[in-house]
Amino acid sequence: MSEEHAVPAARLRTRGLHLAYGDASIIEDMNLCFPDAQVTAIVGPNGCGKSTLLAGLARLHAPRGGAVLLDGKDIHRLPTREVARRVALLPQDTQAPEGMTVSELIRFGRQPHQGWLRQWSDEDRDIVAHALAVADLQQLAQRSLDSMSGGQRQRAWIAMAIAQQTPLLLLDEPTSALDLGHQLEVFELIRRQAHTGTTVIMVVHDLASACRFADNLVAMHAGRVIAQGPPDRIITPELIRELYGVECTLLADPVTGTPILAGVRRA
Amino acid sequence: MTNAGSTRAGLGVTFCGAGIALAIVCLASLLIGAGNTGADLALATLLGQSSNEEARFVVYELRLPRMLMGLAAGAALGVAGALLQAVTRNPLAEPGLLGVSAGSGLAVAIAIALGSSATTLRISVAQLGALAGCLCVLAAARTRGVGSDPIRLVLAGAAFSGLLFALTSLLLLLDQRTADEIRFWLVGSIAGRSMDQVTAILPSMALAAVLILLVIRSLAALALGERTAVGLGHRPELVRLTVVVAVALLVGATTAVAGPIAFIGLVVPFAARALAGSDIRRALWLCLPLGPLTVIGADILSRVVVQPSELPLGVLTAMLGAPVLVAVVRANRLPSL
Repeated sequence: MSEEHAVPAARLRTRGLHLAYGDASIIEDMNLCFPDAQVTAIVGPNGCGKSTLLAGLARLHAPRGGAVLLDGKDIHRLPTREVARRVALLPQDTQAPEGMTVSELIRFGRQPHQGWLRQWSDEDRDIVAHALAVADLQQLAQRSLDSMSGGQRQRAWIAMAIAQQTPLLLLDEPTSALDLGHQLEVFELIRRQAHTGTTVIMVVHDLASACRFADNLVAMHAGRVIAQGPPDRIITPELIRELYGVECTLLADPVTGTPILAGVRRA
Repeated sequence: MTNAGSTRAGLGVTFCGAGIALAIVCLASLLIGAGNTGADLALATLLGQSSNEEARFVVYELRLPRMLMGLAAGAALGVAGALLQAVTRNPLAEPGLLGVSAGSGLAVAIAIALGSSATTLRISVAQLGALAGCLCVLAAARTRGVGSDPIRLVLAGAAFSGLLFALTSLLLLLDQRTADEIRFWLVGSIAGRSMDQVTAILPSMALAAVLILLVIRSLAALALGERTAVGLGHRPELVRLTVVVAVALLVGATTAVAGPIAFIGLVVPFAARALAGSDIRRALWLCLPLGPLTVIGADILSRVVVQPSELPLGVLTAMLGAPVLVAVVRANRLPSL
């Protein structure tokens, strides 16, 4: 790990994190930090524990040992509403009631900031309008989610997370069910949001997309982080063999310059 | 699809319309009856222009408590149905279908068999029974394969209700005195209830209302999935438990005084969602006028269809509700919540 010496500013980190399902340990003694204002992509083969890690970071999964630290405090000991004001989450299995419109969905993002004494305000309205604009959904605000394309729907969900106005944004495979064009739409939206200083941590299945859209990769295998750092620095044929058990040749994308995999074959 | 009810103003219009319809039905329930007191005489009595003692008794001592009972029971059952459907994410979750009413019925039957008859005791007993029923429903709904399939949950509920009704029947066989009292009550009716019984259930309804207001925002967020709700800072387990207690308070109180009235908790939220969209916050508001509207409307029908006698309300709501259930199940695709 090349970043071992410099300790980057990171509001979210893990300390000796141990995550398990029943008797099965998924992640053990993980010490990881997610640099502020960067897009971090967690990559690795199926079953490597990347979604479990994200669930742990999002306090969906209580650790067996160790802790996830948000601003230095154990995320599981912080009031969940307070966490929701700092960390927004887009899970993989999103579901919305039939007929719910885009703007209705996005309004939910304001919930962590509302309470008995602070109901719906003008500020909330402006923030929802802003989220609609960022996700380029103004024209579709009153459309129902089930009448839209997968990419539009996913942008609406991300807009909800944006309306939450948190410094951190967690996304679990935000493009998993989308075709190429819609994937691009969603990743570009995520990049736009990162430009405003939001720290993004996402699980990404497709390594090429991760290399292109992330500043920082966390490569996981069998519950361990085997490499972490900027994609062009850490991605090597050896790492890919270790991760996926395949041989490949690395090329630079002629347009973006980011690594792409060619000639993939079984090791 | 953006229906009229999904805007704030649209909902206001729908709500007012339902309120006006409810006011008309309430008035009609004071005027129309199976007995000798006709609508004209009842109206004169209401306006204070008649000194007929019998009419006075019929309108103020029989029909008025009955109407108020219908208001309370309708609101309680409609809201309870909508809540149960939101918390199980199942459009078919209805207190009567899932064994919540049956649980409360069995509890009351046991209490009667043990010699109880005080109204207030019965309410808390019925609420405990309803709570037990609710927790069973929740456990079933959280079971893999059952919760994700609305029809399976209803099947599980039907089996559970069947078991509870069998136990209740067993009690009926054991004790003749109990049998007569329970059989009358088991049909479900808002007729012949006293003002005392109406006021006896109000504290429970108020408590349930407070509980609902405490978690309504979180409950709405749960419709976006458990993980999303956690991400928004809610606590799903706590929300579900609170809702279940509120449902038990409502269904238990209603069942204790009116017996099990089936299908109100299915039909009313179904209509409310159709009019207001699927956000539970709007649907619940609309259940408040729609529930009593349905119960009182059905109660009026029950007085006139077989004049001069009356059809029990529970029988009538089942006859009206069963086709709605079939319609929901036969729809191309069950609406997801």
